[in-house]
Amino acid sequence: MVEIHLSVNGAPHHDEVEPRLLLVHYLRETLGLTGTHVGCDTSQCGACTVLLDGKSVKSCTVLTVQADGAEVTTIEGVATAEGMHPVQEAFHQEHGLQCGFCTPGMVMAAIDLLQRTPHPTDEQIRTGLDGNMCRCTGYQNIVKAVKAASEKLAAEVPERPGRTPIHTPLGVPIVQ
Amino acid sequence: MSQPNTSESVFGASVLRREDARFLTGRGRYTDDVTLPGTTYAAFVRSPHAHARIRAIDIGRAQKVRGVRAIFTGAQLAAGGVNGIPTAWLLPDIKLPPHPPLAVDRARYVGEAVAVVIADNAYVARDAADLVNVDYETLPAVVDTEGAASATTLVHDIAPANRCFHWSLGDAAAVDAAFRDAAHIVRQRLLNQRLAAVAMEPRSALASYDKATEDLTLWVTSQNPHVHRLIMGAFVLGVPEHKFRVIAPDVGGGFGSKIFIYPEECVLAWATKQIARPVKWTATRSESFLTDAQGRDHVTDVELALDAEGHILGLRVKTIANLGAYLSLFAPCVPTYLYGTLLSGVYKIPAIHVEVDAVFTNTTPVDAYRGAGRPEAAYLLERIVDIAAKQIGMNPAALRRQNFIPADAFPYQTPVALQYDSGNYAPALDLALRKLDYPKILEEQAQARKQGRYVGIGISTYIEACSIAPSQVVGSLGAQAGLWESASVRVHPTGKVSVFTGSHAHGQGHETTFAQLASHDLGIPMADIEIVHGDTAAVPFGMGSYGSRSAAVGGTAIHNAIGKIKDKAKRIAAHLLEAAPEDITEENGKYFVRGAPDRAKGFGELALTAYLAHNLPRDVEPGLEANSFYDPSNFTFPFGAHIAVVEVSRATGDVKVLKYVAVDDVGNVINPMIVDGMVHGGIAQGIAQALWEEVRFDDNGQPLNASLMTYAVPRADQLPSFDTARTVTPSPVNPLGIKGAGETGTIASTPAVANAVMDALAPFGVTHLDMPLTPEKLWTAMESAGEQRRA
Repeated sequence: MVEIHLSVNGAPHHDEVEPRLLLVHYLRETLGLTGTHVGCDTSQCGACTVLLDGKSVKSCTVLTVQADGAEVTTIEGVATAEGMHPVQEAFHQEHGLQCGFCTPGMVMAAIDLLQRTPHPTDEQIRTGLDGNMCRCTGYQNIVKAVKAASEKLAAEVPERPGRTPIHTPLGVPIVQ
Repeated sequence: MSQPNTSESVFGASVLRREDARFLTGRGRYTDDVTLPGTTYAAFVRSPHAHARIRAIDIGRAQKVRGVRAIFTGAQLAAGGVNGIPTAWLLPDIKLPPHPPLAVDRARYVGEAVAVVIADNAYVARDAADLVNVDYETLPAVVDTEGAASATTLVHDIAPANRCFHWSLGDAAAVDAAFRDAAHIVRQRLLNQRLAAVAMEPRSALASYDKATEDLTLWVTSQNPHVHRLIMGAFVLGVPEHKFRVIAPDVGGGFGSKIFIYPEECVLAWATKQIARPVKWTATRSESFLTDAQGRDHVTDVELALDAEGHILGLRVKTIANLGAYLSLFAPCVPTYLYGTLLSGVYKIPAIHVEVDAVFTNTTPVDAYRGAGRPEAAYLLERIVDIAAKQIGMNPAALRRQNFIPADAFPYQTPVALQYDSGNYAPALDLALRKLDYPKILEEQAQARKQGRYVGIGISTYIEACSIAPSQVVGSLGAQAGLWESASVRVHPTGKVSVFTGSHAHGQGHETTFAQLASHDLGIPMADIEIVHGDTAAVPFGMGSYGSRSAAVGGTAIHNAIGKIKDKAKRIAAHLLEAAPEDITEENGKYFVRGAPDRAKGFGELALTAYLAHNLPRDVEPGLEANSFYDPSNFTFPFGAHIAVVEVSRATGDVKVLKYVAVDDVGNVINPMIVDGMVHGGIAQGIAQALWEEVRFDDNGQPLNASLMTYAVPRADQLPSFDTARTVTPSPVNPLGIKGAGETGTIASTPAVANAVMDALAPFGVTHLDMPLTPEKLWTAMESAGEQRRA
């Protein structure tokens, strides 16, 4: 067993875990944060996306011990007392979800995308969400939602130069 | 997006979904999210062989792993009284091989469960399952759909030539005569490849048995919890129905794959009693690919006869359908009554004959996948009509239009058993052509060809059959169930309302649309109405959701139950207003004597009166609650026209969808936003069949792409935005005029895209390629055509 200290949605946690325990299972089973979902075993679907020190990761491919000392944000930590995050609100307004299973990962990936590319084109949104699968929506309203969120956030987030994702042979976008 | 609150406007308004808040904040409750005190975890030992005799199972090493509570094999289940999983649709002379939840002496597909290990945590269960040593004697595998009949190996000894059934429909002699008189005969062999449903939530189950009360509870990823309870309780496990509660909580997509009763939930529901602990199992994605029922898998020879002017005279279809290793719950009806009956499409075809041979193979079982039989019919018909247009030299839109069933011919009796309820096909096609600016696109296509670019335009004018019914008819066709739907409407003393529906939502947004419907009918705000579904302890016996039936059948059941509520409310209002019940009218939840709206009784006041029971008419019971079991008189038949414009890269064979126009007619619409969303998703799945997806096995029955790394579910950057529109032809079958919208996109889009790609390749002399139309396949076809030309 390995001792870990980490912060999840702002709350400190101290646990002893098996070295092989995946972060997604730590979040779901140990902490009971079941908003983060598991949709595949191969890091393809992105349902398990969380933010690790502010950057999106697929938590089914991160060992809990790798998150030692880190700050983790899950879907449960995105909304504030004032209400939903603009990305969440935009998914609601634009009907960017149906069964809801891919949604938490999609929202986390979209938040990360908009941090990196605050004013994305439709094409940049489609490429930027390439690591997250949805089987219900055909992505159309997800793209609309992310676009709408970007417009809403534009006032709050200063423009930064966008970075272009590179596609690996497996279709996983890597942003330099 | 507006959120109107008045009762007049919510039916037909794009009201935002009330489901969203929990899904967007991580508060959804899917089966795997439920954990009970003392929960244990199951891992299944699965056959690595497509066909093998099981000589022995050694659990010695696995048993010693710390944390393992129990290991069960198929023999133990059989000895414990667990029966096989039945099929719920019977056909004449069908072979019904036993389907034990755990294989006993023979494994018949890769991934078939042969043992289960239950441990204190999921990791330990997996570790121990890997230590179970099964001694297999491998047998030759039957894999190929076409070759199954002539294979020397039998998947099941009771099924000679691996044939499950032979089925036919239509008038063969009339078809022969039509072909004799034909000026044109068009023939094509078409493969409709096997697909995986890939709902994003993998299947999952949690079973818990209370020894003190003898209550068994099962949480399961199900589209139809009552059907699960009935089949598992009465047929597989022998558990009394009143002691068995099935809960399908939030379900993350189904697309058909969560209709069926699967081995894993049967094993768990039995094992929880044996070990006196709750047991949970959730499929890995690999397990989903190996064991979720798959779709399609047809090999078809189709022949179309036309006269000199291009009028269709007859259609002859011979199909071999691969059912996989076992008969899944509704497998027999998919390639028969959901397929052969749809072969008239939107066309007036005087003579049709269809024959289907269904075969067993050593592959994953096949059953309904979004569209289920109807996409296979639409693909076949829309491809052969397109090929005919090319062969005759007619414009494909014109050939279609001249063969449409005319608008004044409804109800229209087809030669393949169905009577279409209503339809008006030409306006849908015209609207699609107009939205696309068809003449301009044709011109652009011609320009592109001059520049050496290969642009293609593909049309699909499809029909769908939804809300399959009535029960008496489906029963005579082989269904072992009725296909009605239930609703229970409970008005609380304060006038707030709980609606219990037998339909089940797994993405469709029923909590919103059914609340819109109830709000409209009752004349009270949506906020006063809750929709309850998915729990056999709460909801009257219901049939669940599949075949785009929820709004048309489940919605009508709600409407009818509310009608009973309103009748009773009128009688109470009449009593309070000292008038005759027939003189009472209702507007926006106010009940008043016709012509005197100022002396009205509100719905809340009437509800309270019903529960106080201090002042009721003598023949009226207290309370305000009503049930309805609605059995439709016929199917409903949505239709529409989809057009795809694609460009095929000469250099790589890659297909880009440049434009996609969809005009659907699904009858009246409760929530256009939700319908559009379902259409988008359906189109995406249909395009994916045309271009990318295919479940593949090697000659030994080993799956070649059983993961999301290799099975090509489309991602956001592979798809265009879809341009959707509707025409509205209400269905006369139900009082709401609704037809159904869940599968139209999938049915329409596959042939539209396939036709577009073939149109793009026309300059190469290519007339047909089988799906998926991958870059490799298209590049090879263009190369070999080029070589032939050079030679």
